[in-house]
Amino acid sequence: MASKFHLQIITPTKTFFDEEIEMAVVRTIDGDMGILRNHIPLVTPLSVGIIKLKSEGTTREAAIAGGFVYVERAKTVIMTDAAEWPEEIDLNRAEKAKERAETRLKAPGGEIDTMRAEIALNKALNRINVAQKR
Amino acid sequence: MAGLGMRDIKRRIKSVNSTKQITKAMELVSSAKLRKAKESLEKTKYYFETMGDTIRDIVQNTKGIKHEYLTSREIKKTGYVVITADRGLAGGYNSNIIKAAISHMEEKPRKSVIAVGTKGRDFFKKRHYDLDGEFVHVSENPSFTVAQKIGRLSMDLYKQELVDEVYLVYTEFISTINQKQKVIRLLPLEVDAVGNGEAKRTNITYEPSPEVVLDYLVPKYIDSMIYGAMVESATSEQAARRVAMENATDNAEEMISSLKLQYNRARQASITQEIAEIVGGAEALK
Repeated sequence: MASKFHLQIITPTKTFFDEEIEMAVVRTIDGDMGILRNHIPLVTPLSVGIIKLKSEGTTREAAIAGGFVYVERAKTVIMTDAAEWPEEIDLNRAEKAKERAETRLKAPGGEIDTMRAEIALNKALNRINVAQKR
Repeated sequence: MAGLGMRDIKRRIKSVNSTKQITKAMELVSSAKLRKAKESLEKTKYYFETMGDTIRDIVQNTKGIKHEYLTSREIKKTGYVVITADRGLAGGYNSNIIKAAISHMEEKPRKSVIAVGTKGRDFFKKRHYDLDGEFVHVSENPSFTVAQKIGRLSMDLYKQELVDEVYLVYTEFISTINQKQKVIRLLPLEVDAVGNGEAKRTNITYEPSPEVVLDYLVPKYIDSMIYGAMVESATSEQAARRVAMENATDNAEEMISSLKLQYNRARQASITQEIAEIVGGAEALK
Protein backbone atom coordinates (compact mmCIF):
# COMPACT_ATOMS: atom_id res chain seq x y z
CA MET A 1 0.00 0.00 0.00
CA ALA A 2 1.33 3.36 -1.00
CA SER A 3 1.84 5.98 1.66
CA LYS A 4 -0.84 8.56 2.07
CA PHE A 5 -1.16 12.24 2.69
CA HIS A 6 -3.95 14.44 3.90
CA LEU A 7 -5.93 16.40 1.33
CA GLN A 8 -8.59 18.99 1.98
CA ILE A 9 -10.76 20.52 -0.69
CA ILE A 10 -12.58 23.53 0.66
CA THR A 11 -15.30 25.53 -1.11
CA PRO A 12 -17.17 28.57 0.21
CA THR A 13 -20.23 26.46 0.95
CA LYS A 14 -18.66 23.33 2.44
CA THR A 15 -15.63 21.17 3.01
CA PHE A 16 -15.87 19.07 -0.09
CA PHE A 17 -13.16 16.54 0.69
CA ASP A 18 -11.16 15.81 3.82
CA GLU A 19 -9.39 12.45 3.67
CA GLU A 20 -6.10 10.63 3.46
CA ILE A 21 -5.28 9.70 -0.10
CA GLU A 22 -2.38 8.27 -2.06
CA MET A 23 -2.26 10.57 -5.03
CA ALA A 24 -4.01 13.61 -6.38
CA VAL A 25 -3.76 14.85 -9.93
CA VAL A 26 -4.75 18.48 -10.28
CA ARG A 27 -4.96 20.69 -13.33
CA THR A 28 -2.83 23.76 -12.75
CA ILE A 29 -2.67 26.70 -15.11
CA ASP A 30 0.50 25.12 -16.54
CA GLY A 31 -0.89 21.63 -16.99
CA ASP A 32 -1.59 18.54 -14.93
CA MET A 33 0.41 17.93 -11.78
CA GLY A 34 0.50 14.88 -9.57
CA ILE A 35 0.86 15.24 -5.81
CA LEU A 36 2.21 12.41 -3.69
CA ARG A 37 3.25 12.25 -0.06
CA ASN A 38 6.19 14.47 0.87
CA HIS A 39 5.73 16.79 -2.04
CA ILE A 40 7.84 19.92 -1.87
CA PRO A 41 5.89 22.90 -0.38
CA LEU A 42 4.24 24.62 -3.28
CA VAL A 43 1.57 27.11 -4.23
CA THR A 44 0.01 27.27 -7.65
CA PRO A 45 -3.26 28.46 -9.17
CA LEU A 46 -5.58 25.88 -10.69
CA SER A 47 -7.49 26.13 -13.91
CA VAL A 48 -11.05 24.96 -14.35
CA GLY A 49 -10.79 21.23 -14.77
CA ILE A 50 -10.83 17.76 -13.35
CA ILE A 51 -9.17 16.54 -10.21
CA LYS A 52 -8.30 12.86 -9.83
CA LEU A 53 -8.09 11.35 -6.38
CA LYS A 54 -6.41 7.98 -6.05
CA SER A 55 -6.81 5.89 -2.95
CA GLU A 56 -6.84 2.15 -2.24
CA GLY A 57 -6.69 1.27 -5.91
CA THR A 58 -9.74 3.29 -6.90
CA THR A 59 -9.70 6.60 -8.69
CA ARG A 60 -12.38 9.18 -8.22
CA GLU A 61 -12.86 12.27 -10.31
CA ALA A 62 -14.44 15.58 -9.51
CA ALA A 63 -15.03 18.84 -11.34
CA ILE A 64 -13.24 21.84 -9.92
CA ALA A 65 -13.91 25.47 -10.81
CA GLY A 66 -10.50 27.06 -10.49
CA GLY A 67 -8.88 28.04 -7.23
CA PHE A 68 -5.44 27.23 -5.95
CA VAL A 69 -3.54 24.43 -4.31
CA TYR A 70 -1.25 24.89 -1.33
CA VAL A 71 1.01 21.97 -0.54
CA GLU A 72 2.42 22.01 2.98
CA ARG A 73 4.47 19.46 4.87
CA ALA A 74 1.56 18.24 6.95
CA LYS A 75 -1.27 18.53 4.49
CA THR A 76 -2.43 19.80 1.14
CA VAL A 77 -5.22 22.30 0.82
CA ILE A 78 -7.18 23.10 -2.31
CA MET A 79 -9.30 26.22 -2.11
CA THR A 80 -11.81 26.45 -4.92
CA ASP A 81 -15.00 28.30 -5.80
CA ALA A 82 -16.87 25.07 -6.47
CA ALA A 83 -16.24 21.34 -6.51
CA GLU A 84 -18.63 18.59 -7.53
CA TRP A 85 -18.65 14.83 -7.91
CA PRO A 86 -19.96 13.71 -11.31
CA GLU A 87 -23.23 12.50 -9.81
CA GLU A 88 -23.83 15.86 -8.17
CA ILE A 89 -23.66 17.83 -11.38
CA ASP A 90 -26.89 19.23 -12.70
CA LEU A 91 -26.45 18.62 -16.40
CA ASN A 92 -29.42 20.76 -17.41
CA ARG A 93 -28.12 23.69 -15.45
CA ALA A 94 -24.67 23.32 -16.97
CA GLU A 95 -26.12 23.17 -20.50
CA LYS A 96 -28.11 26.30 -19.85
CA ALA A 97 -25.09 28.07 -18.43
CA LYS A 98 -23.15 27.07 -21.52
CA GLU A 99 -25.79 28.53 -23.84
CA ARG A 100 -25.97 31.68 -21.79
CA ALA A 101 -22.23 32.15 -21.88
CA GLU A 102 -22.11 31.54 -25.61
CA THR A 103 -24.74 34.14 -26.40
CA ARG A 104 -23.00 36.58 -24.12
CA LEU A 105 -19.72 35.97 -25.91
CA LYS A 106 -21.33 36.82 -29.24
CA ALA A 107 -22.81 40.03 -27.92
CA PRO A 108 -20.50 43.03 -27.84
CA GLY A 109 -19.34 43.79 -24.34
CA GLY A 110 -16.48 45.15 -22.34
CA GLU A 111 -13.29 43.29 -21.67
CA ILE A 112 -14.47 42.13 -18.27
CA ASP A 113 -17.77 40.86 -19.66
CA THR A 114 -16.00 38.78 -22.26
CA MET A 115 -13.62 37.43 -19.68
CA ARG A 116 -16.44 36.50 -17.36
CA ALA A 117 -18.40 34.83 -20.12
CA GLU A 118 -15.34 32.82 -21.07
CA ILE A 119 -14.84 31.66 -17.50
CA ALA A 120 -18.52 30.76 -17.23
CA LEU A 121 -18.32 28.85 -20.48
CA ASN A 122 -15.25 26.99 -19.29
CA LYS A 123 -16.93 26.00 -16.05
CA ALA A 124 -20.05 24.82 -17.85
CA LEU A 125 -18.07 22.78 -20.37
CA ASN A 126 -16.01 21.25 -17.60
CA ARG A 127 -19.13 20.20 -15.70
CA ILE A 128 -20.70 18.70 -18.81
CA ASN A 129 -17.47 16.89 -19.53
CA VAL A 130 -17.21 15.36 -16.09
CA ALA A 131 -20.89 14.51 -15.90
CA GLN A 132 -20.87 12.68 -19.19
CA LYS A 133 -18.03 10.44 -18.09
CA ARG A 134 -19.92 8.82 -15.25
CA MET B 1 -63.19 63.10 36.42
CA ALA B 2 -62.18 59.56 37.13
CA GLY B 3 -64.00 58.30 34.03
CA LEU B 4 -61.94 60.52 31.76
CA GLY B 5 -58.73 59.31 33.39
CA MET B 6 -59.88 55.77 32.84
CA ARG B 7 -60.55 56.36 29.19
CA ASP B 8 -57.13 57.94 28.74
CA ILE B 9 -55.37 55.06 30.40
CA LYS B 10 -57.30 52.62 28.28
CA ARG B 11 -56.18 54.43 25.15
CA ARG B 12 -52.56 54.34 26.27
CA ILE B 13 -52.77 50.62 26.96
CA LYS B 14 -54.15 50.05 23.51
CA SER B 15 -51.39 52.03 21.82
CA VAL B 16 -48.59 50.40 23.81
CA ASN B 17 -50.12 47.06 23.04
CA SER B 18 -50.06 47.65 19.31
CA THR B 19 -46.44 48.77 19.54
CA LYS B 20 -45.69 45.58 21.40
CA GLN B 21 -47.31 43.53 18.68
CA ILE B 22 -45.09 45.15 16.09
CA THR B 23 -41.88 44.67 18.04
CA LYS B 24 -42.85 41.10 18.82
CA ALA B 25 -43.43 40.42 15.13
CA MET B 26 -40.08 41.99 14.26
CA GLU B 27 -38.40 39.91 16.91
CA LEU B 28 -39.83 36.73 15.42
CA VAL B 29 -38.85 37.75 11.91
CA SER B 30 -35.30 38.54 12.89
CA SER B 31 -34.99 35.31 14.90
CA ALA B 32 -35.87 33.39 11.78
CA LYS B 33 -33.46 35.44 9.70
CA LEU B 34 -30.78 35.08 12.34
CA ARG B 35 -31.10 31.32 12.22
CA LYS B 36 -30.66 31.36 8.46
CA ALA B 37 -27.76 33.78 8.62
CA LYS B 38 -26.05 31.72 11.30
CA GLU B 39 -26.30 28.63 9.15
CA SER B 40 -24.68 30.28 6.18
CA LEU B 41 -22.05 31.83 8.44
CA GLU B 42 -21.12 28.44 9.83
CA LYS B 43 -20.85 26.99 6.36
CA THR B 44 -18.64 29.76 5.02
CA LYS B 45 -16.60 30.59 8.09
CA TYR B 46 -14.20 27.69 7.68
CA TYR B 47 -13.44 28.58 4.07
CA PHE B 48 -12.62 32.17 4.93
CA GLU B 49 -10.57 31.27 7.94
CA THR B 50 -8.56 28.78 5.94
CA MET B 51 -8.25 31.25 3.10
CA GLY B 52 -6.96 33.92 5.46
CA ASP B 53 -4.54 31.55 7.19
CA THR B 54 -3.23 30.15 3.94
CA ILE B 55 -2.67 33.51 2.33
CA ARG B 56 -0.99 34.92 5.44
CA ASP B 57 1.19 31.83 5.51
CA ILE B 58 2.16 32.24 1.89
CA VAL B 59 2.76 35.95 2.20
CA GLN B 60 4.98 35.46 5.22
CA ASN B 61 7.18 33.29 3.12
CA THR B 62 7.50 35.78 0.32
CA LYS B 63 10.20 37.83 1.92
CA GLY B 64 12.19 39.62 -0.69
CA ILE B 65 9.48 39.42 -3.28
CA LYS B 66 8.39 42.80 -4.49
CA HIS B 67 4.73 43.08 -5.25
CA GLU B 68 2.53 46.12 -5.36
CA TYR B 69 0.00 44.59 -2.98
CA LEU B 70 2.60 43.83 -0.35
CA THR B 71 4.78 46.90 -0.17
CA SER B 72 3.41 49.86 1.71
CA ARG B 73 3.96 53.38 0.48
CA GLU B 74 3.59 56.77 2.06
CA ILE B 75 0.04 57.24 3.32
CA LYS B 76 -1.59 60.24 1.73
CA LYS B 77 -5.13 58.99 1.59
CA THR B 78 -6.85 56.09 3.30
CA GLY B 79 -9.79 54.18 1.91
CA TYR B 80 -12.39 52.54 4.11
CA VAL B 81 -14.90 49.86 3.28
CA VAL B 82 -17.60 50.26 5.93
CA ILE B 83 -20.26 47.58 6.18
CA THR B 84 -23.51 48.72 7.78
CA ALA B 85 -27.12 47.62 7.60
CA ASP B 86 -29.76 48.80 5.15
CA ARG B 87 -32.34 49.20 7.86
CA GLY B 88 -32.43 50.58 11.36
CA LEU B 89 -34.16 49.38 14.50
CA ALA B 90 -31.22 47.18 15.31
CA GLY B 91 -30.19 48.72 18.60
CA GLY B 92 -26.72 50.15 18.53
CA TYR B 93 -25.59 48.06 15.59
CA ASN B 94 -25.28 50.81 12.99
CA SER B 95 -24.06 53.56 15.26
CA ASN B 96 -21.46 51.27 16.84
CA ILE B 97 -19.91 50.32 13.53
CA ILE B 98 -19.92 53.90 12.29
CA LYS B 99 -18.35 55.02 15.57
CA ALA B 100 -15.63 52.41 15.19
CA ALA B 101 -14.92 53.63 11.66
CA ILE B 102 -14.87 57.30 12.66
CA SER B 103 -12.54 56.78 15.59
CA HIS B 104 -10.16 54.87 13.35
CA MET B 105 -10.31 57.62 10.74
CA GLU B 106 -9.32 60.32 13.20
CA GLU B 107 -5.60 59.70 12.83
CA LYS B 108 -5.69 59.70 9.05
CA PRO B 109 -4.99 62.90 7.13
CA ARG B 110 -7.34 62.22 4.25
CA LYS B 111 -9.89 59.52 3.82
CA SER B 112 -12.56 58.21 1.51
CA VAL B 113 -15.32 55.71 2.08
CA ILE B 114 -16.85 52.85 0.18
CA ALA B 115 -20.19 52.49 1.89
CA VAL B 116 -21.99 49.17 2.05
CA GLY B 117 -25.56 49.48 3.32
CA THR B 118 -27.89 52.47 3.22
CA LYS B 119 -27.34 53.48 6.84
CA GLY B 120 -23.64 53.99 6.39
CA ARG B 121 -24.07 55.66 3.03
CA ASP B 122 -26.58 58.18 4.41
CA PHE B 123 -24.34 58.93 7.37
CA PHE B 124 -21.22 59.58 5.33
CA LYS B 125 -23.07 61.43 2.61
CA LYS B 126 -24.70 63.77 5.05
CA ARG B 127 -21.36 64.65 6.58
CA HIS B 128 -19.74 65.20 3.20
CA TYR B 129 -17.19 62.45 3.31
CA ASP B 130 -15.57 61.39 0.06
CA LEU B 131 -17.62 58.50 -1.24
CA ASP B 132 -15.75 56.26 -3.66
CA GLY B 133 -18.65 53.92 -4.05
CA GLU B 134 -21.86 52.75 -2.52
CA PHE B 135 -23.45 49.34 -2.41
CA VAL B 136 -26.91 49.31 -0.95
CA HIS B 137 -29.66 46.75 -0.39
CA VAL B 138 -27.16 43.96 -0.02
CA SER B 139 -26.79 43.71 3.73
CA GLU B 140 -29.32 40.98 4.36
CA ASN B 141 -28.32 38.66 1.58
CA PRO B 142 -24.60 39.06 0.95
CA SER B 143 -23.60 37.77 -2.45
CA PHE B 144 -20.16 36.92 -3.68
CA THR B 145 -20.68 38.95 -6.84
CA VAL B 146 -21.15 42.13 -4.83
CA ALA B 147 -18.10 41.29 -2.73
CA GLN B 148 -16.11 40.90 -5.94
CA LYS B 149 -17.31 44.28 -7.15
CA ILE B 150 -16.27 45.93 -3.90
CA GLY B 151 -12.96 44.12 -4.06
CA ARG B 152 -12.31 45.19 -7.63
CA LEU B 153 -13.20 48.78 -6.82
CA SER B 154 -10.87 48.95 -3.85
CA MET B 155 -8.05 47.32 -5.79
CA ASP B 156 -8.51 49.76 -8.67
CA LEU B 157 -8.38 52.70 -6.30
CA TYR B 158 -5.26 51.29 -4.74
CA LYS B 159 -3.57 50.60 -8.05
CA GLN B 160 -4.30 54.06 -9.40
CA GLU B 161 -2.84 55.47 -6.17
CA LEU B 162 -6.09 57.24 -5.34
CA VAL B 163 -5.80 55.63 -1.95
CA ASP B 164 -2.64 54.31 -0.34
CA GLU B 165 -4.21 51.82 2.01
CA VAL B 166 -7.59 50.17 2.38
CA TYR B 167 -9.27 49.21 5.63
CA LEU B 168 -12.30 47.01 6.09
CA VAL B 169 -14.69 47.89 8.92
CA TYR B 170 -17.26 45.28 9.87
CA THR B 171 -19.00 43.62 12.80
CA GLU B 172 -17.82 40.24 13.89
CA PHE B 173 -20.47 37.86 15.15
CA ILE B 174 -19.40 36.22 18.39
CA SER B 175 -22.77 35.26 19.83
CA THR B 176 -26.34 36.50 19.70
CA ILE B 177 -25.72 38.92 22.52
CA ASN B 178 -22.13 39.75 21.67
CA GLN B 179 -20.84 41.36 18.49
CA LYS B 180 -17.56 43.08 18.03
CA GLN B 181 -16.59 45.88 15.67
CA LYS B 182 -13.43 45.13 13.76
CA VAL B 183 -11.11 47.15 11.58
CA ILE B 184 -8.64 45.23 9.46
CA ARG B 185 -6.25 46.33 6.77
CA LEU B 186 -6.89 44.86 3.35
CA LEU B 187 -4.25 46.62 1.30
CA PRO B 188 -1.33 46.50 1.38
CA LEU B 189 -1.44 43.02 2.86
CA GLU B 190 -0.48 42.87 6.50
CA VAL B 191 2.71 40.93 6.80
CA ASP B 192 3.28 40.57 10.50
CA ALA B 193 6.39 38.52 10.01
CA VAL B 194 8.46 41.00 11.98
CA GLY B 195 7.51 39.68 15.39
CA ASN B 196 7.21 36.01 14.69
CA GLY B 197 9.48 35.31 11.78
CA GLU B 198 9.37 31.60 12.37
CA ALA B 199 12.37 29.88 10.99
CA LYS B 200 10.57 26.57 10.61
CA ARG B 201 8.97 27.74 7.41
CA THR B 202 10.94 26.51 4.50
CA ASN B 203 11.07 27.75 0.99
CA ILE B 204 7.88 27.37 -0.87
CA THR B 205 7.90 26.87 -4.58
CA TYR B 206 5.67 29.13 -6.60
CA GLU B 207 4.48 27.80 -9.91
CA PRO B 208 4.92 29.35 -12.41
CA SER B 209 6.36 32.36 -10.54
CA PRO B 210 5.73 34.22 -7.26
CA GLU B 211 4.37 37.23 -9.15
CA VAL B 212 1.81 35.18 -11.04
CA VAL B 213 0.74 33.38 -7.90
CA LEU B 214 0.33 36.59 -5.92
CA ASP B 215 -1.46 38.30 -8.81
CA TYR B 216 -3.93 35.47 -8.67
CA LEU B 217 -4.18 35.02 -4.93
CA VAL B 218 -4.38 38.55 -3.59
CA PRO B 219 -7.59 39.56 -5.40
CA LYS B 220 -9.10 36.27 -4.35
CA TYR B 221 -8.09 36.87 -0.78
CA ILE B 222 -9.57 40.36 -0.78
CA ASP B 223 -12.83 39.25 -2.34
CA SER B 224 -13.26 36.52 0.20
CA MET B 225 -12.30 38.74 3.12
CA ILE B 226 -14.98 41.18 2.03
CA TYR B 227 -17.53 38.45 1.50
CA GLY B 228 -16.71 36.91 4.86
CA ALA B 229 -17.08 40.31 6.52
CA MET B 230 -20.42 40.82 4.80
CA VAL B 231 -21.72 37.48 6.05
CA GLU B 232 -20.48 38.21 9.58
CA SER B 233 -22.09 41.64 9.50
CA ALA B 234 -25.40 40.30 8.21
CA THR B 235 -25.51 37.79 11.05
CA SER B 236 -24.59 40.45 13.59
CA GLU B 237 -27.28 42.74 12.23
CA GLN B 238 -30.00 40.16 12.73
CA ALA B 239 -28.70 39.30 16.17
CA ALA B 240 -28.59 42.97 17.20
CA ARG B 241 -32.11 43.54 15.88
CA ARG B 242 -33.43 40.48 17.62
CA VAL B 243 -32.03 41.58 20.96
CA ALA B 244 -33.25 45.16 20.48
CA MET B 245 -36.74 44.00 19.62
CA GLU B 246 -36.80 41.57 22.51
CA ASN B 247 -35.96 44.41 24.88
CA ALA B 248 -38.61 46.62 23.29
CA THR B 249 -41.22 43.91 23.74
CA ASP B 250 -40.22 43.43 27.36
CA ASN B 251 -40.42 47.15 28.01
CA ALA B 252 -43.85 47.35 26.40
CA GLU B 253 -45.06 44.51 28.59
CA GLU B 254 -43.78 46.23 31.69
CA MET B 255 -45.49 49.44 30.68
CA ILE B 256 -48.76 47.68 30.02
CA SER B 257 -48.76 46.02 33.41
CA SER B 258 -48.09 49.28 35.24
CA LEU B 259 -50.79 51.01 33.18
CA LYS B 260 -53.23 48.21 34.00
CA LEU B 261 -52.57 48.71 37.70
CA GLN B 262 -53.24 52.39 37.29
CA TYR B 263 -56.39 51.65 35.36
CA ASN B 264 -57.73 49.30 38.01
CA ARG B 265 -57.01 51.81 40.73
CA ALA B 266 -58.88 54.48 38.82
CA ARG B 267 -61.78 52.10 38.26
CA GLN B 268 -61.97 51.21 41.92
CA ALA B 269 -61.81 54.85 42.93
CA SER B 270 -64.71 55.68 40.66
CA ILE B 271 -66.82 52.81 42.05
CA THR B 272 -66.09 53.86 45.61
CA GLN B 273 -67.08 57.39 44.79
CA GLU B 274 -70.33 56.26 43.21
CA ILE B 275 -71.25 54.18 46.27
CA ALA B 276 -70.44 57.10 48.53
CA GLU B 277 -72.72 59.30 46.44
CA ILE B 278 -75.61 56.82 46.61
CA VAL B 279 -75.18 56.31 50.33
CA GLY B 280 -75.02 60.06 50.78
CA GLY B 281 -78.23 60.49 48.72
CA ALA B 282 -80.09 57.81 50.73
CA GLU B 283 -78.94 59.36 53.95
CA ALA B 284 -80.32 62.73 52.87
CA LEU B 285 -83.78 61.24 52.16
CA LYS B 286 -84.18 59.96 55.73
